[in-house]
Amino acid sequence: MSFFDTETLSRQIERVPYARMLGIASCGEPGRFVLPARKSNIGNPTLPALHGGAIAGFMELSAMITVLQGEETKRIPKVIDISIDYLRAGRFVETYSRCKLNYLGRRMLNVSVVAWQESEDLPIATARAQFLVKD
Amino acid sequence: MSVDLEELFRFSKALINESEDDHFHTLGIQMLAITEKGVRMAMEYRPELVGDPDTGVIHGGAITSLLDTCCGFAAASGLDELGLTPTIDLRIDYMCSATPGETIYADAELYRSTEFVMFTRARAHHGDPDRPIACAVGTFFRLAPDVFEPLRARFKACTQEERNPVAGETGGEQ
Repeated sequence: MSFFDTETLSRQIERVPYARMLGIASCGEPGRFVLPARKSNIGNPTLPALHGGAIAGFMELSAMITVLQGEETKRIPKVIDISIDYLRAGRFVETYSRCKLNYLGRRMLNVSVVAWQESEDLPIATARAQFLVKD
Repeated sequence: MSVDLEELFRFSKALINESEDDHFHTLGIQMLAITEKGVRMAMEYRPELVGDPDTGVIHGGAITSLLDTCCGFAAASGLDELGLTPTIDLRIDYMCSATPGETIYADAELYRSTEFVMFTRARAHHGDPDRPIACAVGTFFRLAPDVFEPLRARFKACTQEERNPVAGETGGEQ
């Protein structure tokens, strides 16, 4: 089960209600995703700013899909932990993510994620997540 | 001097319920209590939050939002005046999958408050905190109190109106 082709990937994302709710979509390249500006992801309406949890959810989903993109088998990874550093407020605009698979073991996987808005050089958050894969 | 917890409770409810289409409303996040011991919030099971369509288990991201919000209000309970605390970082450990159909509760506490940083921890569970679904540690930033002056003014104006709808624009709270 490899999700490299964008169409298959979009279909897989479409199956997950939480992913549909956030609005995450592939950018067409493995490990790169976009979160459209949606009112339902706003946490502070006065600024307005995205909810930190929506940014975290976007990054976690990005990491998870990246892991699936790299998996040859039907093993489903489970998140063990995720750690998010918030660097800048997430404004009410499109958000992008870039993931890197740092370690791919038999049981453990480690992924780091960077999220940004107007410029890739100005990340709004960075995260790393550990996954466990069971056969 | 520290923020009045009863007032913070009303303030947090006003923020969470303010908009009909924001992230709080979409996830169904509710504020249940703010006491000296900590903050309790809840999130009911909703099919829109499912992360695994085969099992119906809620996605971790929704739990992260709940824990982030809960830790955030725990941090705000340590401020001198009514306000909010931006998240510096957050770490979530997932212990087990949430049970489909069951409400998720979050309990957060502020265990250390310093000049600029508030240290919090929280756990998400289905009613028994000793059987956590996820645990969180979060640090939050203490901004200068005047940053939230407009927000406080708006909140006080709203509560004033609720109490005294006719003479809402006159006088401040005693």
